[in-house]
Amino acid sequence: METVEKTRVATIWLSGCSGCHMSFLDQDELLIDLAKKIKLVYSPIADVKVFPENVDVTLIEGAVANEEQLSLLKRARERTKILISLGDCAVTGNVTALRNTWENSDQAVLQRAYIENAQVKQQIPTDVPKVLKKVHPLHEVVKVDYFIPGCPPSAALINYVVTELLAGRTPNMEGRSKYG
Amino acid sequence: MTATTVTLKIDGLEVTVPEGTTILKAAKDNGIIIPTLCNLEGLSPYGGCRLCLVEISGSPKLFPACITPVSSGMEVTTQSERLTEYRKMAVQMLLAERTHICSVCVANDHCELQSLANQLGVDHVLFERNWTRLEIDSSHDFLVIDRNRCILCTRCLRVCDEIEGVHTLDLKLRGKDAQVIMDLDEHWGNSCSCTSCRKCAKVCPVGAIYIEGEPVSHTKHKDIAEFITERRQRKWKQ
Ligand code: SF4
Ligand code: SF4
Ligand code: SF4
Ligand code: FES
Repeated sequence: METVEKTRVATIWLSGCSGCHMSFLDQDELLIDLAKKIKLVYSPIADVKVFPENVDVTLIEGAVANEEQLSLLKRARERTKILISLGDCAVTGNVTALRNTWENSDQAVLQRAYIENAQVKQQIPTDVPKVLKKVHPLHEVVKVDYFIPGCPPSAALINYVVTELLAGRTPNMEGRSKYG
Repeated sequence: MTATTVTLKIDGLEVTVPEGTTILKAAKDNGIIIPTLCNLEGLSPYGGCRLCLVEISGSPKLFPACITPVSSGMEVTTQSERLTEYRKMAVQMLLAERTHICSVCVANDHCELQSLANQLGVDHVLFERNWTRLEIDSSHDFLVIDRNRCILCTRCLRVCDEIEGVHTLDLKLRGKDAQVIMDLDEHWGNSCSCTSCRKCAKVCPVGAIYIEGEPVSHTKHKDIAEFITERRQRKWKQ
C-alpha cells in the first residue's frame, strides 16, 4: 500500500479562454502518472465549490477582471504554498487586458458587449460580479512564485514545471521562458 | 597612412582598435556581443535605449557602449550582475511604456524587444503599464505604423534620413509622449516625400512599422543599412 501523502494541487480559471486548461489536459498519458502523485482539490474540472485550505500548488489561468476573481485570487494565495501564473493572460493580462487602453474600460466593455454588439435584448446584466476598472496580471495583486508563459503554454512546459515541483526541485526556466 | 590605434581591455581581453572606435564596435570585432536595441550598423549612433550599458574601471557611472569611444588603458566590463539588472529594467520599462500584447502582434516571435526579454529572462513586467491608445496609421498603400508598439529607437528616422535621404519621418512631442510622424504630421498616405522604399519597416526592431499582408519575418532585414552603406563606398572599384 502506498502511504506517501499526495501533493494537493488546485487549478483556477479566471479571465482567460480556457486554452491553458486545455493545454494542461493535453499532457495526455502523462496525466495518469500525475494523478498517482497529486490530489486535485479545486479546479474547473473538479466539482468543488469553495477553495480549500492547505493547498501545495495552485496553477492559475487568466487575468483578474472582476471582484469575485479578485477575492478568489487573494484567498488562493492565503491558502497555497506555491502559486503559479499559467499562461499569458495570467502573466501579462494579454488579450483580456486590451480593454485597459479604453477610457473607463469597466463601463465601456459592458456597453460594447451588451448594448452596441447585442442583436436582441440590449441590457447590461446587474446580477454579475462587479467589473474592475482595469484588468490585472496576477502579480499586480498577489505574490507569484512561478510564471509559465505561452498563449497557451505547451503541455510539455506545464508538465515540466509541475513534475519538478512535485519532485521537490526548483524548475529551471532559463531558455524555457518566453515573454508574451 | 597609418591610423592611430588604442589598446584597452574588454572583459579581461586585451584588444587593439583604431582610435575613435566605439566600445560596442571594439567588443564586437573581438567576438564580445553587447546587447543593443537602438543601435544599428550603417546608421549614426543614437544612444537612446540604454541596453548597451557597460562598466568602466575607475568610474561608478555606467556608459552606453554604442556612443562611448575607446581610450587607451580603459578596462571595460560588459557582463555583471549589476548590468544584467539594469538591462532587465530597461526592457521592462520599454514593455511598460506602451501597449505590448505579443500574442496579437504582427512581430510575435520576430521581435528584437521580445527576444531581448527572453535572453535576459524577463518573464513578467514589474512596472505598472501605461496602456497607451495612440493612433494607428494605415492610410499608406501598404505601410502601417502602430505607435503603441513603438519604442522610440529612431532607427526608422535615421534610415529614412541617412540612407533613403528623404527625411519623411521625424518625432513630435517629447519623452514618453513622443511619436513618429510623417512630413509635418501628415497621414502617411498623404506624405509627399515618402518614396515607399520600405526601409523603415525593414529596420524597425518591433511590430510598430510593418507591411500590410506581409509576414514580419519576411519584411525585417536590419542589415539593410550596413549593406547599403558598404555598397556606397564602392569597395569593389578600389
Ligand atoms: S512589438 Fe514585440 S514586444 Fe511589443 S507586442 Fe509586438 S512582439 Fe511583443
Ligand atoms: S518608406 Fe522609405 S521614404 Fe517612406 S518613410 Fe519609410 S524609409 Fe522613409
Ligand atoms: S517605429 Fe520602429 S523603428 Fe521607428 S522609432 Fe518606433 S520602434 Fe523605432
Ligand atoms: S544600443 Fe546603445 S543606447 Fe541603444
